[in-house]
Amino acid sequence: MNILIKKSGNTKYFSTILICLSLSLQVQAQQIKKAEKGPFLLKNATIHSITKGTFLGDLFIEDEKIKNIAQNITAPANTKTFDCSGKHIYPGFIDSGTRLGLAEIESISVTNDFAELGDFIPHMKALTAVNPNSVSIPVTRVNGVTTVFSKPERNTFPGTGALIDLFGYTPEQMYAGAEAVIMNFPSTGRRGRFDRRSEEDFKKDSEKAIKNIDDIWDKVALYARIDSMAKVQNKIPEDYNPQMDALLPVYRGQKKLLVEVNKKEDILVAIKWLREKKIKAVLTGVSEGGRVTEEIKKSNYDVITGPVLTVPGRANAAYDEAYRNVSKMVEAGIRVAIRTNEAENVRNLPFNAGFAATYGLGIEEALRCITINPAQIFEVDKLYGSLEAGKIANLFISDGDPFEPKTRITHLFIRGWNVPLESRQTLLNDEFLERLPGINEE
Amino acid sequence: MTKYLLTLLVFGFQLSFGQGNILIKNGNILTITKGNLQSTDIYIENGKIAKIGKNLIVPEGTQTMDATGLFVMPGIIDAHSHIAIDAVNEATNPNTAEVNVGDALNPFDVSIYRALAGGVTISHAMHGSANAIGGQCETIKHRYGVLNPEELRMTGAPRTIKFALGENPIRVHGEGNKIAPATRMGVEQVFRQAFSEGRLYAKRWEDYNKGITKNTPNYNLRLETIADILKGDIIIHCHSYRADEILMLMKVLKDFGIKKICFQHVNEGFKVAPELAEFGASASVFSDWWAYKFEVYYSTAYNAAILTKNGVVTSINSDSDELIRHLYHEAAKTQRYGNLTDDEALSLITINPAIQLGIEDRVGSLEVGKDGDIAIFEKHPLSIYTTPHMTIVDGSIRFDSKNDNPDMRISIDPEEKYTSNFEEKTGFKEDNCLQDVTEYLLQSDYASYLRFVYSKNHTH
Repeated sequence: MNILIKKSGNTKYFSTILICLSLSLQVQAQQIKKAEKGPFLLKNATIHSITKGTFLGDLFIEDEKIKNIAQNITAPANTKTFDCSGKHIYPGFIDSGTRLGLAEIESISVTNDFAELGDFIPHMKALTAVNPNSVSIPVTRVNGVTTVFSKPERNTFPGTGALIDLFGYTPEQMYAGAEAVIMNFPSTGRRGRFDRRSEEDFKKDSEKAIKNIDDIWDKVALYARIDSMAKVQNKIPEDYNPQMDALLPVYRGQKKLLVEVNKKEDILVAIKWLREKKIKAVLTGVSEGGRVTEEIKKSNYDVITGPVLTVPGRANAAYDEAYRNVSKMVEAGIRVAIRTNEAENVRNLPFNAGFAATYGLGIEEALRCITINPAQIFEVDKLYGSLEAGKIANLFISDGDPFEPKTRITHLFIRGWNVPLESRQTLLNDEFLERLPGINEE
Repeated sequence: MTKYLLTLLVFGFQLSFGQGNILIKNGNILTITKGNLQSTDIYIENGKIAKIGKNLIVPEGTQTMDATGLFVMPGIIDAHSHIAIDAVNEATNPNTAEVNVGDALNPFDVSIYRALAGGVTISHAMHGSANAIGGQCETIKHRYGVLNPEELRMTGAPRTIKFALGENPIRVHGEGNKIAPATRMGVEQVFRQAFSEGRLYAKRWEDYNKGITKNTPNYNLRLETIADILKGDIIIHCHSYRADEILMLMKVLKDFGIKKICFQHVNEGFKVAPELAEFGASASVFSDWWAYKFEVYYSTAYNAAILTKNGVVTSINSDSDELIRHLYHEAAKTQRYGNLTDDEALSLITINPAIQLGIEDRVGSLEVGKDGDIAIFEKHPLSIYTTPHMTIVDGSIRFDSKNDNPDMRISIDPEEKYTSNFEEKTGFKEDNCLQDVTEYLLQSDYASYLRFVYSKNHTH
């Protein structure tokens, strides 16, 4: 609101307030029908389990879990049965990097909650700011995406992202059991067409940036020593230092750090830096990972990459470099998850995976990159990422291959809830396809 | 441009502004307007489709391309793009009808090659949306490899001009320059004033030419251009989002007797589809972009389907050097959102944009006599698993997947460095119609957003 207050006296102030007011009235109630609770029996489906092959069978959902997958399941009397003959069941897709729930309208800053002020703020929690009623959430579900990692952005340590299921009325209901601190590794490249820094400035800036993260890490190390000593001596820490507290589990190797790095040269520097500091990391972005697969493989770091549908960062790169980036890394034996890095168009996740599948990855591997691989990377694979008894019932029914635009997703379940595939976009279609009244008669 | 070191790459195909001969044998032909033809040949002679049929007999020595098992469709047409131009916005006045992006064509833009690698043979290089009446646009053919900007032009294509409604002209002029328009009311008056003055200007010249008046009227290119719009010589392509502003412009045009209009973006076009159809206005839309600003918050990906089913000639455009590479996929999304048939979906990127640019008698479908602009795909172009195989412009192969070098630059800037990709780094999208105008936005609310976008990953 600071920006608004500074601008008071300007007539725009009032219109901006009006927009905010109207938003607060309208950013809600995007789903008319209520979700429905099981038990559900999905009969005679082609089940794409991801981890245990593809086969015909039944799938039984009770409470929030997949209770059983087998042939000819007999379900209790109160079960609602879906005949899935000719249909397919897939585990819900997981997008490993989004701003969903944190961003509403990009050009209106007060509707965006993913970029707090400050260079070193790892304690900022995305989960706090996730808006369960974001209009974009139902829009995303219609394509089979059930779970996303929503993350803060900007500056060096912008905060802590959270894995959320796309159904629930409080952030706690949505929380899918994983959080991770984000680090934006210093980038040495030009930052777009407006960046007119000289060669010298590039060098200076990049040295300064590395020194900045070195300094931060030295302080974290010191803080960890003090913290350990305090624990040994049974002392209570004297200072409130939430930034340092947020990084302690990362420093001690108990938690992974998600490190955003894209350019080939930067990836190499980042790997070296992270190895030196013995940090358990996941590399994110990694848009030129295909150029340094050996080094990434050697580092043993997992990768979250995307969007696939993007232009290469260099004018001399092949037109399909971004399309092929995933397959190059997977071929080298790197575990990869795909992200859209989107907010309102996370729904394009299956199409991003589909393009990767087309350009070298293959359908099976592409499916893994948006199901079991992210579940493993976020360490929630006991409950997420495949169709297996005992896992959370996040899944959808389709009439075909979910990567093909022609295919329709007919039902979607999140934590055992049958969530209606309605969104403001489908409701607008219902209202306006055959508008009444049509043309005004004069 | 002089700083460019011109390097001619060996492409393995004609670099000239060539009008080639080529026989495409035995393909699955998607004509768009006349159904699909199995195992059929197309013969292109002097850049034009000369024959379509089975087992065609052609002159000996004709370059032949075996398309067995492949899908052959008309070259894809993008009715809204900003590639291959060195300037987008002349953001100095709410009305800059006199400028022309055709004066800023850049044949070295590697985006042209990347568009070809998505089957796109023609794009509409547009002025930006900073001004209510922006500059004139240029319909270009993707003859990547030519060095002379003139050779990009699609000679004979009708003149077009960019108009813009809503937030962009309001931000740039009202908020940025503190001059009208600062509201959608002000935007309407820019048009009414321009058309009224243009009409008077035309009348002054008419009277002078008839000898009714003696003094030579002052020549004014801005008014001259407006007068040409009134005469019907220029097709308006209007950046627009909200239903109310779309209705407003149609009313203004009606008052001045102007008929040729294609609404661009037109995210709320679906709300006034019957009115658009009645007026005879066409619509060029995104497949699914929305929510990047308030005026696109009430959008739906069903827009293209609703417009199509209400009888509005609709196309899907890119407005982006990214989307232009996979318009076939963008069109396919209308099958998920709105259930369009294959022909309807493919029309959105072929014959319909051709109609909107006034070039439908020359391109947009595979028919004898039309230009030899062809996109050949490995699988059906609406399948996610398809890949572009070859793209032909005027009978000359301009993209060949078998002959694709990673580095396809024609000119190399020795000072060029890695440019981190805007979207990838920020995830932010924006219609690209506001390129070149950041300086005008520095006092607006929008500035904080833009500053944020462009300062991403800076370490302070």
